[in-house]
Amino acid sequence: MSQGISHRSYVSYIDKSREYYQAQGYERPYRWAHYEDVPFARLAKALSQCRLGVVTTADLGPSTAPRATKLYTAPNADGGHLFTEKSWDREATHTNDPETYLPLARLGEHAAAGHIGSLNPRFYGVPTDYSQRLTLEHDAPQVEAWMREDNIDAALLVPL
Amino acid sequence: MSLVARHLEAAGIPTVIVGSARDIVEECGVPRFLFVDFPLGNPCGKPWDVEMQGRITGGALDLLERAWLPRTTVQRPETWAEGEADERWRKRFMWVGDDNREALARAGEARRRAQTGRRQGNEAAE
Repeated sequence: MSQGISHRSYVSYIDKSREYYQAQGYERPYRWAHYEDVPFARLAKALSQCRLGVVTTADLGPSTAPRATKLYTAPNADGGHLFTEKSWDREATHTNDPETYLPLARLGEHAAAGHIGSLNPRFYGVPTDYSQRLTLEHDAPQVEAWMREDNIDAALLVPL
Repeated sequence: MSLVARHLEAAGIPTVIVGSARDIVEECGVPRFLFVDFPLGNPCGKPWDVEMQGRITGGALDLLERAWLPRTTVQRPETWAEGEADERWRKRFMWVGDDNREALARAGEARRRAQTGRRQGNEAAE
């Protein structure tokens, strides 16, 4: 039987991060993206015939490069050696098993089982960044262009 | 990442996001979202639990295929821990309380000083 609760069970990261940075003296809270309308596209063919592309927020390495050069694409074999500096819960867990945030081996198994047509041989990296303008104007179109080159039919995105 | 999903979807490429920050993703608004209620870092399953990872990624594929309208969120049934232990990580992440409030304020000041120093250094270099 339900025990009942007095608050929502899942964490509000918007509330938590606002309070955390406020305690550090940052009075102006980050403005998270918020839209009323949401686009929707249907699969053009059965998933078992689709080529799947995967996008991660993990980085290739600690980077001091200019913001615009941070996007990358890499062969799936490189997925086990990514850099996960930002935005995860160091006290509760770790990122030593890349399949927990970039499940290329698991997706390969689903491809072998015929659940998807194929897993693209390279994946796409959009390292965590707080500029929504750059994400919209630069990153997202670049990822789309790479996916067009690779004939991607559907995409799985995993923010860390 | 939600913004990238929205862009791809508008361009005709169907997407699914697998993630643990439910409020951030849903406030942005995405077509398909598989919510895994775990600490940030392991949305695709617990470390080394191959079977769970297979189930969760399979769930993402199902959602990709079967959602019929945008803002479809599906919550996975897996839990990180039981009872009190499952509450602890939620409470501890970005914790602000009487035991660390002063330390956080000091850390914020130090960070701003370092940023100002870097800016001045850059200006001097230019």
